[in-house]
Amino acid sequence: MTTPRPPVSRLERVLRAGLFAVTAELDPPDSADPQEVYDKALVLSQVCDAINATDASGAHCHMSSVAICALLTRAGYEPVYQVSCRDRNRIAIQGDLLGAAALGVRNVLCLTGDDTSVGDQPEAKRVFDLDSIHLLQTARIMRDEGVFLSGRKLTVPPPLFLGAASNPFAMPYEWRPLRLAKKVAAGAQFIQTQYCFDVPRFRQFMTEVRDLGLNNHVYILVGVGPLRSEKAAEYMRTRVPGVRIPDAIMDRLRKTPRARQREEGKRICIEIIQQVREIDGVCGIHVMAYRQEELVAEIIEEAGLLPRPFRSSARPARPRERRYPRRRSEP
Amino acid sequence: MSLGAWLRDRPVWLERAYRATSALFVRLHPLIRRLGYVRSERLILPVEELGKRILFDCRMCGQCILHSTGMTCPMTCPKNLRNGPCGGVRANGHCEVLPEMRCVWVEAFERSLRMETYGREIILIQPPVDRRLEGSSAWINMLTGSDRHPPPGWISASAVLVRDHADL
Repeated sequence: MTTPRPPVSRLERVLRAGLFAVTAELDPPDSADPQEVYDKALVLSQVCDAINATDASGAHCHMSSVAICALLTRAGYEPVYQVSCRDRNRIAIQGDLLGAAALGVRNVLCLTGDDTSVGDQPEAKRVFDLDSIHLLQTARIMRDEGVFLSGRKLTVPPPLFLGAASNPFAMPYEWRPLRLAKKVAAGAQFIQTQYCFDVPRFRQFMTEVRDLGLNNHVYILVGVGPLRSEKAAEYMRTRVPGVRIPDAIMDRLRKTPRARQREEGKRICIEIIQQVREIDGVCGIHVMAYRQEELVAEIIEEAGLLPRPFRSSARPARPRERRYPRRRSEP
Repeated sequence: MSLGAWLRDRPVWLERAYRATSALFVRLHPLIRRLGYVRSERLILPVEELGKRILFDCRMCGQCILHSTGMTCPMTCPKNLRNGPCGGVRANGHCEVLPEMRCVWVEAFERSLRMETYGREIILIQPPVDRRLEGSSAWINMLTGSDRHPPPGWISASAVLVRDHADL
């Protein structure tokens, strides 16, 4: 990274220090009670450097990602604010980015978003005013140029560590590293990939990424997750957009008796983590496990990724004040 | 297979037709200016709409970037991606939203590799769409330049890092 400014978040600090980062997803509750968020965050915060607050992933609505980020920062945890372009136009998105920064959010993941038709309210209007690359550039412009897309100035720009997603397992394969190059040019500083079950395909992708020199400009975290059962694997393969599970892994699960499939799925996940860790250019993992936070913690521990760095012994009671730099004109 | 689909698989012909039409409009610009843009648009729009709909399944966004996307209209993508594809492309290369349709951007990329002049432009970052131009003539907008106004705050940082043209 050639950027001279100090890291704005713990996640950035871990990655800049060349340490292997771990992030995990927090499944947002279908509840107005914040306690569920705190219970999950308590488990996840001990085993990862930042917690992703998802934005109606799979087009299923839950507690919103900015609200979850607000709850997390209030309790002293570090969120990654996931923003998708499916539900909101550019005006709402820019407002939310500022609001999130004011709430103490420093990591943002810019996504296009799953289509409305894959969710449980397919009759809704799809927005897609921006795509993920527009969103990245917009966030970067707000941070670095201190203006909205209209050119109107911000009083205090949001200090953000910007991320995007990448899916090396979806066609067209030769285009994916080039699209990653577009995202880096638009402002992506870190990447969280879609679930990696096909390690050879991922290795090929990383070879092309290194050939383009992109590994010197962006931190890549590989998406991993346990397959709870053969049925869960079938669901992921067919219903979650962009997920590829090789036949070899499906067969491995099918041959395992039902009672031991959870354990086998966990073992597969840990093996994948160990394999991708060896690949040059991989800077961390992003663990996604639907409603299984304890399993996430087990996986991270058994993969030998604990303890996480840069932890003070006391957990802060509230977010620190003034986490953004003063403007030069201020006394 | 429709005529449009057949022609779209021959992007070099479409690219040449695009270049010829562009050159023609630039030549006609003084006449169009004298006639008036509004009046010219009223004459051109029906022809443009019909022709582009047959050839490209055009959605009349008014800010045509076809030549930069493998002569494949990005507005036919259900998510209207101007910098596609998304991560939801199916294993058979079909669209996440419309399973019977091949992903627009899979086709755009494949066709851009076969284009002789504008193929490499698929690497460019396209700015957000100006929704006010919907339904207007892209050719008139090309002449007046109104399709070349990204939002005032749209400031580019760096060129896309591609080591060599051979990378495309």
